[in-house]
Amino acid sequence: MAFSSLNEFLAMGGHGPYVWAAWGVTALLMLVIVWHARHERRQLLRGVKRRVRRENAHRDALQRGAVAHSPTAQVPVNSVQGDVRNDA
Amino acid sequence: MWAFINKLRSPKWFYAISTKLQPWFWAVAALLLVVGTVWGLVFAPADYQQGNSFRIIYVHVPAAFLAQSIFVSMAVSGVVFMVWKIKVADMAAAVMAPLGAAMTFIALFSGAVWGVPTWGTWWMWDARLTSMLILLFLYLGVIALRGAFSSRDSGSRAASVLAMVGVINIPIIKYSVDWWYTLHQPATFTITGRAAMPMEMWLPLLIMVLGFYCFFIALTLTRTRSEILRREVNKRWVRELVEEAS
Amino acid sequence: MHAAPGGLLVAVSATFKRDLTLMLRRRGEVLNPLVFFALVITLFPIGISPDPELLASIAPGLLWVAALLAALLSLDSLFRGDYDDGSLEQLLLAPHPLAALGLAKVAVHWLLTGLPLALMAPVLGIMLALPAGSYAVLALSLAVGTASLSLIGAIGAALTVGLARGGVLLSLLVLPLYIPVLIFGAGAVQAAILGDGIAPHLAILGALFTVSLMLAPWAIAASLRISING
Repeated sequence: MAFSSLNEFLAMGGHGPYVWAAWGVTALLMLVIVWHARHERRQLLRGVKRRVRRENAHRDALQRGAVAHSPTAQVPVNSVQGDVRNDA
Repeated sequence: MWAFINKLRSPKWFYAISTKLQPWFWAVAALLLVVGTVWGLVFAPADYQQGNSFRIIYVHVPAAFLAQSIFVSMAVSGVVFMVWKIKVADMAAAVMAPLGAAMTFIALFSGAVWGVPTWGTWWMWDARLTSMLILLFLYLGVIALRGAFSSRDSGSRAASVLAMVGVINIPIIKYSVDWWYTLHQPATFTITGRAAMPMEMWLPLLIMVLGFYCFFIALTLTRTRSEILRREVNKRWVRELVEEAS
Repeated sequence: MHAAPGGLLVAVSATFKRDLTLMLRRRGEVLNPLVFFALVITLFPIGISPDPELLASIAPGLLWVAALLAALLSLDSLFRGDYDDGSLEQLLLAPHPLAALGLAKVAVHWLLTGLPLALMAPVLGIMLALPAGSYAVLALSLAVGTASLSLIGAIGAALTVGLARGGVLLSLLVLPLYIPVLIFGAGAVQAAILGDGIAPHLAILGALFTVSLMLAPWAIAASLRISING
């Protein structure tokens, strides 16, 4: 071990602010990156689930014949296609 | 080889395989980073010249390595995408760019902070720092170009071309900046440019570098999976997958 | 698509002549980079100091940076006009390699931007008290260097031609790639002032030009295809 006490470790031989600033920013940025990846994944899963639920509900409604002849029947399906950028 | 490339064509296959792989990479990355941090910060001896400020090396050098490697990986993914039309490669390239820019920033920031005890100033036009700064601009260019197109496919292809042009230029830029730096003969020495490093300083550095690389692979797998979900929402397998999960 | 009488050479020289004629008709666009170059050089003595000694020490870098920015300024219009009136699409449909036709356009760009800038630089060098003996090197290094700049810059111009506001993005894409040319171009002038050998610098500038001449046309062609089909 290169240090004999906690205070010595924190002081880093007078270079404390520099060492801790570099390490701190690195650690913080990497934690933010990991958090962002998790957050993004949850949001996406939630979005897909919501979409599936909405479409299932719509399909059930169609089967019951409630909106079968309505001109708006296709709208939810179109909206699903609509907000996806073209992947030609 | 061809069988592998054909499998890569299927985002579903990639999703399945990366779901299996990613916990391992995250675990190894966490282990290596914790071991490397404790070793580098607590157990490695202080440098006889720079004292304890040299401990910045354990974040500066891995970040600088990764910054360059990620650009190369991004360009390779771009080639794979352009030549074999493999969408997963482009998704990977898209998620690599911000991480590469972040790593370049870490290398720049830690280098600048390291400069204060070493050179007595926050910024020196040191060869390594200057190349890093240029690399950051290259990353920002690729990210901005991808975002500027309204069609995703055009953005992907444009970013791939730019990444390839950039990767050819990186060694040229590095060489010319090194040459320019030696020509102007600054009075100081480069922060990491020392020949021999004792084993007990060098091993934790190796561990940190490996940890950063595992972190990169793990994050790329995780975020590529998210990107697949984003782009393949309308595919049946994604829906089945989500319904299974809930 | 019409049948092509004659071969590739005819097509390339036709593109070259057409672009040259078009550009010469729009004299303003040809003159703008030159005026910009002179203006930027005027700003520095005003902003820093009229002291000839100080100016002489920074003149090689200043002249090179200002010329580089002037060349950058004209890049956005390299493919823009052809993109807007649809003649770029015709170029894509032509039965000749797009890389060669693109190269003809880049050659016109250099002839009407890079070369005039190189010829004008010594005059501005006098105004910055550039030491004697480096004027020829300044012009020569700029002539070779701007050829690389036109080639590399054309890749960025081709990538951004389809975008509504491509101008700022273009400089972000292209400027980092310009750095090696700047280093060796300004280095050549610096070496001439110090009395060192200029051959290595000019050799490397030539090498950079050769590499960009070999690789850039393919990147330009690929980028134009993306911008038009996308």
